Amino acid sequence: MKYQLFVVFFFILLNGPAAFTQENHNQADTAAVHNAQGQSHEGHDHGTAAAHSEASHDNGHGHEGAHEEFDPASTAIHHISDANVYSILDWLRIPLPMILYTKEKGLETFMSSRFHIGGHEDGHTAYNGWVMHHGSVHRVLDPAFPASGEVKLGEHPFVKKTEEKNGKKTDVTYLSHEGKEYRLDARSTLDGGILGGGITSFYDFSLTKNVLSMILVSLFLLWAFRKAAKAYENNPGRAPKGLQGLLEPIFMFIRDEVAIPFIGKDKYMKFLPLLMSIFFFILGLNLFGQIPFLGSTNVTGNLTVTMIMAVIVFLVVNFNGKRDYWQHIFWMPDVPVFVKPLLAVVEIMSLFIKPLTLMLRLAGNISAGHIAILSFIGLIFIFGKSGASIGGGAIGTAMAVPLTLFMMAIELIVAFVQAFVFTILTASYIGAAIEEHHHADHAEGSHH
Amino acid sequence: MFSLVTFTPFQPTPGLAIWSLLIFLLFWYLMAKFAFKPIAQALAKRENYIQDAIDQAKKAREEMANMKSENEKLLAQAREERAKILQEAKDIKNQMITEAKDKAKEEASKIVSNAMNDIENQKKAAIAEVKNELGNIALSIAEKVIRKELKGNAEQESYVNTLVKEINLN
Repeated sequence: MKYQLFVVFFFILLNGPAAFTQENHNQADTAAVHNAQGQSHEGHDHGTAAAHSEASHDNGHGHEGAHEEFDPASTAIHHISDANVYSILDWLRIPLPMILYTKEKGLETFMSSRFHIGGHEDGHTAYNGWVMHHGSVHRVLDPAFPASGEVKLGEHPFVKKTEEKNGKKTDVTYLSHEGKEYRLDARSTLDGGILGGGITSFYDFSLTKNVLSMILVSLFLLWAFRKAAKAYENNPGRAPKGLQGLLEPIFMFIRDEVAIPFIGKDKYMKFLPLLMSIFFFILGLNLFGQIPFLGSTNVTGNLTVTMIMAVIVFLVVNFNGKRDYWQHIFWMPDVPVFVKPLLAVVEIMSLFIKPLTLMLRLAGNISAGHIAILSFIGLIFIFGKSGASIGGGAIGTAMAVPLTLFMMAIELIVAFVQAFVFTILTASYIGAAIEEHHHADHAEGSHH
Repeated sequence: MFSLVTFTPFQPTPGLAIWSLLIFLLFWYLMAKFAFKPIAQALAKRENYIQDAIDQAKKAREEMANMKSENEKLLAQAREERAKILQEAKDIKNQMITEAKDKAKEEASKIVSNAMNDIENQKKAAIAEVKNELGNIALSIAEKVIRKELKGNAEQESYVNTLVKEINLN
């Protein structure tokens, strides 16, 4: 098993940079766009051979123009974002079900293939007043645009503008169609504008790329663990073999180094399934996101996913909190009375900061890893001036390959470490919540 | 130029929130029911089994050690006994030998003393006979002598007897 893992690891190291390089190389060819209105066009990060050929058919906008400046930031962000389509290396676009809710039209469901998604994960068709831009669905707000049926869009229909509203600058995307510009609603988010999103007129409940990844990884883990569990049932008391032998040491590690030391030998069985689920769910998704050719989904680097997990941990911890735990929060024993309210404030804050750090640490680490790899690969396009300079591209490649190789190796460690950290902190929070102290004894002991 | 793009992975989205909640809860439930609990139980069972086996082996080893020491004790005892028996046999043998020797000596001395007595008696008898014979011989000699010279036997005969008695044979 060790040997197989090593082979997989080697495969990732060997193929990772190559895959990314190829993917981005196509982009360099197609990322040649004029911007007639002089407005900054949004960064192009995805391009395909298909998009390329279409662009050349369309006599005019294409290739012969100046090479567009490469924007590494938006490229990286697009690559690690969730999407309404599952793209594999830009040659396979798996359509996903769209589930959209608006007050006016209620629930709408259709497949994202309706958008005829092409390069940069932009849709070539508008459907029922919806358009696909950079992998996510947007609503055309302008009532002048046809609200139902398919509308074929022109080449490069999306235009980004910066608008000032109440002294705050926000990016607004417009749809350019047949000489007119239609304002698009922002992505559907829940942050109320705090993190750059906004209050939108619709809600997107679609089964996205991240959701599909979660389902796939969950099913794989279920299959693997069910197989291992069956092996235990069929050969009780035998030495573990195969998959069972691979999973057992990790399982034992979480049990013996995380669950039992933090929760205690009597109570750990109650929380072991949660800790194991957290560990293997995160680990599975971390590793899945690192596999080249498979979309490199950034699920555990997505704040929404880690937020949900942190909320679950928060609820489990606080619903299992014993009297001592609450006493420590609201009225800390063994301290002077005037300190007690101060500590209560701090403790109540830490009550929420704990899951908050869980959420941010995991999302930050995994996203950072993806961004670092994408940035190193971005060196090729920065040095190569998006395909204009072959020599520069060669220098960039020479730099990017070892750096990416190194980064992917680091990310492999990070995948394990972050899964472990999330699990061990969860275990420690649960352990602190269910612990029962004996303060009277302590106090007595310290006075004597 | 670098523009500060909105960091979309960090914007919470309603769809992903609901889906991930649903998927994670389902994952948690199914894994707990069909994988983690059976595995944890099987592992605990196996660990108990191994612990039992180790304990039993330890116990058996201790028993063996006990038995060995007992055996050694028994062996030592047997050795001691044997030595004792051998010693006793030796003693008896020695005693018997000395007894036999003593008896033999006694018998021998008895036989020797008997023989001495016999010899003495025989000697005395022989001397007495010799004396008698000598008397007779002397008498006959004297008779012959006296016949020639003397007459009357009785006087001479008594005289000869006194003479014979005076001969003291040593």
